Amino acid sequence: MALLDKFSSFLKDKEQLLSIKPAIFGTNIERIYSPTEASIAGHKVLLAGTNNYLGLTFNRECLAAAHKAIDEEGTGTTGSRMANGNYSLHRALEQELADFYHCKHGIVFSTGYQANLGTISGLTGPGDVLLIDAHCHASIYDGCKLSGAEVIRFRHNDPEDLNKRLVRLGDRAGSTLIIVEGIYSMLGDTAPLKEFVECKKQHNSYLLIDEAHSLGVLGDTGQGLVEVDGVGEDVDFITGTFSKSLGSIGGYCVSNHPQLDVIRYMSRPYIFTASPSPANIASARAALVLLREGRHLREQLWKQANRLYSHLKSLGYKLGPEPGPVIAAQLETPEEAIAIWTTLIEKGLYVNLIFPPASPENKPLLRISISAAHNDVQMDFICKLFSELAQGN
Amino acid sequence: MHKRQDIVTKVCEFLQQVAGSDVSITPEINIAEELSLDSVKVLDLVMELEDEFDISVPLNLMADVQTVNDLADLIEKVISEN
Repeated sequence: MALLDKFSSFLKDKEQLLSIKPAIFGTNIERIYSPTEASIAGHKVLLAGTNNYLGLTFNRECLAAAHKAIDEEGTGTTGSRMANGNYSLHRALEQELADFYHCKHGIVFSTGYQANLGTISGLTGPGDVLLIDAHCHASIYDGCKLSGAEVIRFRHNDPEDLNKRLVRLGDRAGSTLIIVEGIYSMLGDTAPLKEFVECKKQHNSYLLIDEAHSLGVLGDTGQGLVEVDGVGEDVDFITGTFSKSLGSIGGYCVSNHPQLDVIRYMSRPYIFTASPSPANIASARAALVLLREGRHLREQLWKQANRLYSHLKSLGYKLGPEPGPVIAAQLETPEEAIAIWTTLIEKGLYVNLIFPPASPENKPLLRISISAAHNDVQMDFICKLFSELAQGN
Repeated sequence: MHKRQDIVTKVCEFLQQVAGSDVSITPEINIAEELSLDSVKVLDLVMELEDEFDISVPLNLMADVQTVNDLADLIEKVISEN
């Protein structure tokens, strides 16, 4: 097979899916008006397919911080932190993130994807073991691959299965990094973190949690699942992203292990990339302050999420195991999923459409994400549309 | 110690459950292409086999697995190294 032949067979296999208008993959958002409103295919739509959990993308303080950073420090850094130098903004945010988690060390990466790639591949290498939850995000799988360590999956959210695999590893459990997530991005379920902490303690292993979807969403100050379960000191490494609750782009890892600072010299995704632009860092810093103080935003977010979850449940939709800002409705066939998704766009609602293997059980998902910026009228609208769908209208 | 043929038989048994009874599973069959199993389904199947043989199969070693025979070879190797 010639180099480019695979693209022809891919396009042939996906011809039908890729010809659907508006595009279900990489949907073109023609204009964005606010955290919850945009135009798609000529329709003004309500956005319920973002990860804008706290609705901070248009927050005045965040916008002002970004504008000021652009004016004072320019549009980009044009180089890597290792070769071309750190800006004081990068260091300041690292310190603020470490303080936020009551940790001694923090590193900022250029994206959330790179935070996992860089942390995992920096911490582990050949001879080490990575034990990852089967539902972990692709960035975790890719970080594992880049590390060269031995990678073993355990059953999703199953501490007993994790324990069994740690027992099998014997002495090698001491050089094992376990990886879980706070909230899983597809079904919106949370990890049984306390039980995972017990496992890692029992076997003298290390534990990393990715709080990408739980930052700002869970915990009194919004740290994530570590705060809800009160296990911040027992978790070795916490990663996360600026691109969801913080409404910017970038990622981080914090830890009390001093070795975290050393991975700056070993982590290729940290070294060989341009550092985050001043505006992104400045808006993330402003958003982090709002997130810490944002109990009212979390209350609003959970009120709306609980309402929609209960409503969809009452309509008979098969949902993820627990309510949360990510609500996934499992559908039977791709045809049904596409028809519903297209109808929703026409009626003015944008949600995400997820197909296997990204969705579990070989079935498509309608993934709905809620924001603290969704008001009651908007939630009434979402509930009404799903009621109509359930009645076949 | 598991005999090689026992491992092949077990792999075929597990694949049969996933692929359905109307498909004939042979040691030479290509798991992904001929049985149309996506990567996640194959990894979930491996989890079942891990329990059966009380082993953990590293993901890194799965890249070269294409046929039932390849998977049986890998399981045999992991068992022998434990």
